[in-house]
Amino acid sequence: MVLAYQQLRIDGYGDSGRIDMADGIAIRGSESPPQSSAPRESYRAGVRAVLPLLPAVAAFGVSFGVLAQSAGMGAAASMTMSATTFAGSAQFAIVSVLGAGGTVAAAIGAAVLLNARYGPMGLAAADVFRGGPLRRLLEAQLLVDESWALSNRDGRFDRRVMLGAGAGLYVGWNAGTAVGVLAGDGLADPATLGLDAAFPALFLALLAPLLHSRAARSAALLGAGVALALTPITPAGVPVIAATAACLVGLVPARGEACEGAARADVERAERGAPPSARRLGRWASPEEGSA
Amino acid sequence: MGVAGGGVGVSAAWAAVLVVGLATIAIKAAGPVLAAGRAPPESSGRVMHLLAPALLAALVATQAFASDESLVLDERGAGLLAGGVAVLLRAPLLVVVVVAAATAAGLRAIG
Repeated sequence: MVLAYQQLRIDGYGDSGRIDMADGIAIRGSESPPQSSAPRESYRAGVRAVLPLLPAVAAFGVSFGVLAQSAGMGAAASMTMSATTFAGSAQFAIVSVLGAGGTVAAAIGAAVLLNARYGPMGLAAADVFRGGPLRRLLEAQLLVDESWALSNRDGRFDRRVMLGAGAGLYVGWNAGTAVGVLAGDGLADPATLGLDAAFPALFLALLAPLLHSRAARSAALLGAGVALALTPITPAGVPVIAATAACLVGLVPARGEACEGAARADVERAERGAPPSARRLGRWASPEEGSA
Repeated sequence: MGVAGGGVGVSAAWAAVLVVGLATIAIKAAGPVLAAGRAPPESSGRVMHLLAPALLAALVATQAFASDESLVLDERGAGLLAGGVAVLLRAPLLVVVVVAAATAAGLRAIG
């Protein structure tokens, strides 16, 4: 794992990071960026981005439907849950708690804990959403792990990719649930097809390009470490929520100064006519910048 | 998982549907609605910037190595390793996902 991160780090210095940075500078450079032609195809770009995942998402929707049926939740309740809650891990938690004879309160508590991560995620992506409160509330329902991660552009979010990807996921999840509820058992278990391994690999693929600063690598390592450390001792959902606190390493100044943070600060300084920070120039010239 | 005698009471299921549905809708909408039209303060920029790496790494870790409330090393870990190699080779997302799933499925078929 450490080796992987090291290699990704080197990898991450490739062109994608540079392009993102140039975008950030371009937008900050002029107060009114020339956003003339936001192409309509971008919603489709979001759908396209999510296509590789749809088989896995739909298969898990099917398996949720099957499990919910066999736990006796009833067809209407199962499908309503997929349409309104639209969050796989929380829904599986409810089914497994209820199916094992647990109380409704325990099922609800587990599910709400699992979904608590959408609080900070929604806050981070808040400026993606438009219009009045109702429209924002409805659009925000398309925010799930995958649409959030796919639309993440180095800390900012692409509105159309998020909504397009979210819509694709919504259709896949609900169609899968309906199939599972109606067709019942006798369908392949997603685990047999290895589909449960698809999701961590997906998130790793989306994580890798973000690791081009030391601060990002610290946050990632800390986030993974916190999540793993808490898994055996806290209820499901808590580890991931606690891991989001790892982003607070962004408040730690100095030593591990993030490249893009320093670059942005320099751009802002340059706009005010000040010279770039000496620290960054020093870092740039320093050969041992990976050591901490 | 089969539950004798019809399983969960229907009202229990609907209670979970209603409460969790409303809670989830509210949680997802809280940021987008309450922070509407407000640019995040500049000081929070770096913290928000690092939310994605922290959260994604936590999702990778828990989805590959957590099973309920214990840590396990199973076929998902092997799938993640294979997917990680594909990531290093800059394979497209579809390839990464398929490699990981195929690895896990293959090991389960053998085992």
